[in-house]
Amino acid sequence: MPITVSLSVNGRPVTKEVEGRTLLVQLLREHLGLTGTHVGCDTSQCGACVVHVDGKSVKSCTMLAAQAQGASVTTIEGLAAPDGTLHPMQAAFREHHGLQCGFCTPGMVMSAVDLLQHNPSPSETEVREWLEGNICRCTGYHNIVKAVLSCAETMKSGAKAPAAAAE
Amino acid sequence: MTAPLDTAPSGTGIGKAVRRREDQRFLTGRGTYTEDINRPGQLHAYILRSPHAHARINGIDTSAAREAPGVVAIFTGADMAADKVGSLPCGWQIHNKDGTPMAEPPHPPLVTDTVRHVGDQVAVVIAETKNQAKDAAELIQVDYEPLPAVVSTADADAPDQPQVHPNAPNNVCYDWHLGDKAAVDAAFARAAHVTTLDLVNNRLVPNAMEPRAYIGEYEPSTGDYTLYTTSQNPHVIRLLMGAFVLSIPEHKLRVVAPDVGGGFGSKIYHYAEEAIVTWASRKLGRPIKRVAERSESFLSDAHGRDHVTRAELALDKDGRFLGLRVATKANMGAYLSTFAPAIPTYLYGTLLAGQYATPAIYVEVKALFTHTVPVDAYRGAGRPEACYLLERIVDVAARETGIDRAELRRRNLIRPEQMPYATPVALTYDSGNFPRILERALELADYKGFAARKAESARRGKLRGLGLCSYIEACGIAPSNVAGALGARAGLYESAEVRFHPTGSVTVFTGTHSHGQSHETTFAQIVAEKLGVPIENVDIVHGDTAKVPMGMGTYGSRSLPVGGSAIVKAVDKVVAKARKIAAHMMEAAEADIEFKDGRFSVAGTDKSVGIADVALTAYVPHNYPLEELEPGLDEKAFYDPKNFTFPNGTQISEVEIDPETGVVEIASFIAVDDFGRIVNPMVVEGQVHGGVVQGIGQALYENCVYDPESGQLVTGSFMDYCMPRADDVPSFTVQTDETSPCTHNPLGVKGCGEAGAIGGSACIMNAVVDALSEHGIRHIDMPATPNRVWQAIQAARVPVAAE
Ligand code: FES
Ligand code: FES
Repeated sequence: MPITVSLSVNGRPVTKEVEGRTLLVQLLREHLGLTGTHVGCDTSQCGACVVHVDGKSVKSCTMLAAQAQGASVTTIEGLAAPDGTLHPMQAAFREHHGLQCGFCTPGMVMSAVDLLQHNPSPSETEVREWLEGNICRCTGYHNIVKAVLSCAETMKSGAKAPAAAAE
Repeated sequence: MTAPLDTAPSGTGIGKAVRRREDQRFLTGRGTYTEDINRPGQLHAYILRSPHAHARINGIDTSAAREAPGVVAIFTGADMAADKVGSLPCGWQIHNKDGTPMAEPPHPPLVTDTVRHVGDQVAVVIAETKNQAKDAAELIQVDYEPLPAVVSTADADAPDQPQVHPNAPNNVCYDWHLGDKAAVDAAFARAAHVTTLDLVNNRLVPNAMEPRAYIGEYEPSTGDYTLYTTSQNPHVIRLLMGAFVLSIPEHKLRVVAPDVGGGFGSKIYHYAEEAIVTWASRKLGRPIKRVAERSESFLSDAHGRDHVTRAELALDKDGRFLGLRVATKANMGAYLSTFAPAIPTYLYGTLLAGQYATPAIYVEVKALFTHTVPVDAYRGAGRPEACYLLERIVDVAARETGIDRAELRRRNLIRPEQMPYATPVALTYDSGNFPRILERALELADYKGFAARKAESARRGKLRGLGLCSYIEACGIAPSNVAGALGARAGLYESAEVRFHPTGSVTVFTGTHSHGQSHETTFAQIVAEKLGVPIENVDIVHGDTAKVPMGMGTYGSRSLPVGGSAIVKAVDKVVAKARKIAAHMMEAAEADIEFKDGRFSVAGTDKSVGIADVALTAYVPHNYPLEELEPGLDEKAFYDPKNFTFPNGTQISEVEIDPETGVVEIASFIAVDDFGRIVNPMVVEGQVHGGVVQGIGQALYENCVYDPESGQLVTGSFMDYCMPRADDVPSFTVQTDETSPCTHNPLGVKGCGEAGAIGGSACIMNAVVDALSEHGIRHIDMPATPNRVWQAIQAARVPVAAE
């Protein structure tokens, strides 16, 4: 039975008719063409699919599109400022080589952004524990952790994040 | 005019930590991975896989499935056989001790009458949507007659075991050896001490984060096929699939490997699904897409490692190594994957000298078929297995002889003055200063201070151990003719084409492939520096057989030593031609022309011309020596290396073990590596970090387990197969030593992609066993999970009755 879902994605209202079993990640990738959100597993373990739903990081493979009815969703495509300026977390990943193949990166960045919303000055251990739900096979995490810690510093010292489109 | 074209900004040359040019698209969600591509009118394929490890198929009833909504077609092995689709080929032939060739059973893309591992391909359902294809697959009735299965590497060749293939008696694929057996026997006869060690190199699942994905497409008006694939080497796939499986000539088959989300070896091989979607796209006249779910990846991506080994080391009274004897059984899985036979032989046996001057080495390797997923190269491929064996037995020998483990290594290292050094197992190391790197690592790790740190840990009730590992690897397999004589069925060169465009920008086409390695940045650094143009004016193109010349792709840390060398060769040709043109433009003799930082000048004068102006002249050849020189400034090169490169280094780790829980925590990990000359230190460090964590994964967490009775894969998801996570590993200290560049390639580079993974597992296990040694534990097998460590401690605590 197809259902209709209406939500806001990266600040734009969207309404789609989808199969009831459609996952949020499928809605984003297959119905809205937002392929920045990735699927790396089928057991909700890898975190490649993390997006923000009403400002909180969520594994979008773990949620039905129907559950996002009325929600405000931000994906990696909506994180940079409208003029293209990278979010400080994106910029920190680039500066510290926090990505190699780039496949885990969107989920990793979205998780890390949410960490700093909860805890603006995390310790290395806290960063590692927060990112425990995001698997990266390339980087060995070292540079990801470095990027997140440095982003925390940057953001504390006043460089403001561009308002993410939907939040 | 934009930026001056003639001088590369100082911050982007070779040796600089240039930030990556690929990052912008990956960080903003605009990468294009195969799954992100959709072709007009595409259908979706779902592969029905065997639930049995071994079974005869007495019939397949697809009638209900064909009626399911959205289903367009269902094909089985019989349909492919009717179209004379070939077997998936193997790219390396090994010979037995007696000179006969290995057993090479057929590997059909869809099975015809027998399944040989859980996950073997039985049928393909093609439907309008992915869900429809998957739902319909559940309606297919397969009449399986289950047969007994064998999964154990140690026992697969016992006489009473189930047979995987009719033409491989006792499941033996080959029985190979290397080295001088008589010399080794003589060495053992005069040894003062012999150390013997039995060990298992655990089976791993590579698990690149992007699952494999494919789109096959056929254009009836031209007869052209296109395959989009998650591959590390699109040209190899075009060759293998085109020539051996589907009989499509190269000019009618284009293979595109766009952004690829990690490979680590697992995306080198030609997989059944590539042939299935390409073949079916013609049958149905529509593009066909297939994306693996992670559970399918576990059941169908080639696995890695899986050795069972007995090793013996003979030492004289001073601790000098006299001889090494190794007998290994290597699991091939149910079929031969593309390069599988080469891994436990020419990438393993040949590395058993390690960094040591052991004069006599003999290795025997029996490769065995089992009812498991095929095993092939996984990051390091053969070399981590060799390193693990060697570095473990050296540690055990140190403990048995009472010689300090650093000192025992020191006494046996090949000295820099012995370079080039011919090992007893067929390699000639060209360069390296092993003692220097060992000492540097010992210093960096404060080896002398370890006892104090151990005592401090003990005060907290923890067991502390230090692990030392001096590794060497052979990268950039070559030369082609030597490899050919050893059984390779492909060339091992690399290609490059440099197009210097009329207004000063440059496009470089490389036959290697980047799936995380950062070629778009590092290769551009090389080209920008060599041509003296700004890096923004250089683009690197890879991953499309319609664009790049025939090349072998990326594996075995070859991209820079082999692919980079090809680029340098092509750049040199561009400069040589431009020099002639510049001489003409400045009315000077070619011999008087100097080239520096993008400018040609006439020696001893102030006359000069920039390379961009030379390029414009080459394409607008009005004032041009047309009689002697063709217009244009495009050059192509193929580079076939003269030898392997030999990256090497020493890693030192410290672990703390809680004896009450068996949990191992890594306290520190340092690496000092010789990769020759470094192009981008930031990228190199990142490669080491990633490799080390894969080594740590093998040592502490990862283990691919099959149920011995049913042959079921027990660790078939991230719930059961433990991937290293951010909170499982520490930060690392990584340093490089550039004092011993490679002597036989133009950049002096050795390759860095696998190093971390080659030493990592040995380094950690040496630390774990060192920590456990106070309980009298001499060895435990990987992975050192809390359960295994705790059990070992408990077993050691039980008082042993006097014999
Ligand atoms: S896709 Fe792996 S957690 Fe969502
Ligand atoms: S960058 Fe490749 S998986 Fe993280």
